[in-house]
Amino acid sequence: MKTFQQSRDLPAASQTCASQTPASRTPALPPGEPRQGEPGRSRPLAGRFTVVAAVLAIGAGCAVGASGDAGRAAGPTDAEVAAVMKASFQAKGIAKLDRLDQSPLQSACSTYATTAMPAELKASLEKAALDGVRFPADGNYLGDHKKGEQIAQRGVGMQFSDNEKTVNGGNCYACHQLSKEELAFGNIGPSLHHYGKLRGTSEPILKYTWTRLWNSHAYNACNAMPRYGDAGILTEEQLKDVMALLLDPKSPVNQ
Amino acid sequence: MKATGGRAVLRALAATACAVAMSSAQAQSTMTTEEGIEQYREMLQDGNPAELNAMRGEGLWTKARGPKNASLEGCDLGLGPGVIKGAYAQLPRWFADTDQVMDFESRLIHCMVTLQGFERDKLVARPFSGTGQPATEIEDLVAYVVEESRGEKIAVPQKHPKEIAAAKAGEKMFFFRGGPYDFSCATCHSKDDQRIRLQDLPNLRESKPAQAAFGSWPAYRVSQGALRTMQWRLYDCFRQQRFPELKYVSEASIDLITYLGVRAAGGTLQAPAIKR
Repeated sequence: MKTFQQSRDLPAASQTCASQTPASRTPALPPGEPRQGEPGRSRPLAGRFTVVAAVLAIGAGCAVGASGDAGRAAGPTDAEVAAVMKASFQAKGIAKLDRLDQSPLQSACSTYATTAMPAELKASLEKAALDGVRFPADGNYLGDHKKGEQIAQRGVGMQFSDNEKTVNGGNCYACHQLSKEELAFGNIGPSLHHYGKLRGTSEPILKYTWTRLWNSHAYNACNAMPRYGDAGILTEEQLKDVMALLLDPKSPVNQ
Repeated sequence: MKATGGRAVLRALAATACAVAMSSAQAQSTMTTEEGIEQYREMLQDGNPAELNAMRGEGLWTKARGPKNASLEGCDLGLGPGVIKGAYAQLPRWFADTDQVMDFESRLIHCMVTLQGFERDKLVARPFSGTGQPATEIEDLVAYVVEESRGEKIAVPQKHPKEIAAAKAGEKMFFFRGGPYDFSCATCHSKDDQRIRLQDLPNLRESKPAQAAFGSWPAYRVSQGALRTMQWRLYDCFRQQRFPELKYVSEASIDLITYLGVRAAGGTLQAPAIKR
């Protein structure tokens, strides 16, 4: 899956860096194809050497350009912009002003939105995301796919027009195709139709999928998907229901 | 735009067409939402309700009002005091009297305060009408001034250092990720052919879609029965981004509008448009 920033037309100077970033070379895959970080489908050996070489190349050259701020010298700094942002918003209902205090991940993804992120930084963000994943305590990953469908359809939650009692939705259909019956699906994320049919429900697939839902940055830092578990958008029970929607053989996603 | 007798008749006809369209849409339950909206849009093409806002706005603009009992006809929108024609298409811009980059709505507030003596805090407290409620004075005034730039080329100036700085800051804000969902404007608006559900999302980094998007705001929102301004457009985007509430005519809002306007350079202002 390409992230929103990796497909952007980059300025000529950073084009070289971008073309060496391993993740930015991951092509958009058709539904069901293996994705970055997916278990059981490791990259061919040659590919791994390419990745290592690219990391070295970025470490040697591009990181200097990206952190040197040469291209941003004429404009305001990130800190100045963050201060103006904070002064331009006000708390309303459940949406407090601290939502503009960027996490290290948000800050790094903003800074490197149009330039190649140093591979080391990217790897550290991914590791932090992976380390923070909390797997279900009871070892059960799959809930009720029918409830999962409702969560996938539901778009409300966490807006200042919502309140503390609002049950958050996952709004999966905003960005993904899931069941074949629902035609009103977005395309910011890849199609997940037949997600489980193509992968099965082995332990590695369960853990990989849970991690994708909990904090998708574990496999591809700065991609567009919300951290449904990590940011507390969905409860553990809701996550299990979405897991069932994706993986249960009886789920409409797998018909 | 001058309100003539003929135009008034047109307004009345348009209002009737609205009512007919709404009742027939309700009657035809087999029609999908999209089809219904499309039909509604077609029926309204010759009578955009934003023209009603613009007529009221013209009245508000020219009438002596406020503690200073003055009209807004002396308001300088960047092309000289009293020049309205084409002014909106060249905003935001830097103004010498405030030494600030201002979008139309912040300039309007400035003129209402300095020329008419209105209280700024009261003006910015409730700039947007609620769904189904009468338009605010700001909405009507926006409609009037924007109507006077219909068909003009979008030319947001980038000459003064503060204009350039505003666009640069706006670009960074466009990529600023925050909130519980980690969204930035760019999450939805930096790739071609993206959709949320069935809603097309313009790639605002690219000239053509930026021209179409920027050039179609402000717009009359059929589903809300209201004229929505550019400030409202950003306000509601940030709500969906799960950000706190964007302050009306805040610095970030002006920076972002400047950035978007610069991306849309050379496009044609088609506003006030009519939208779903």
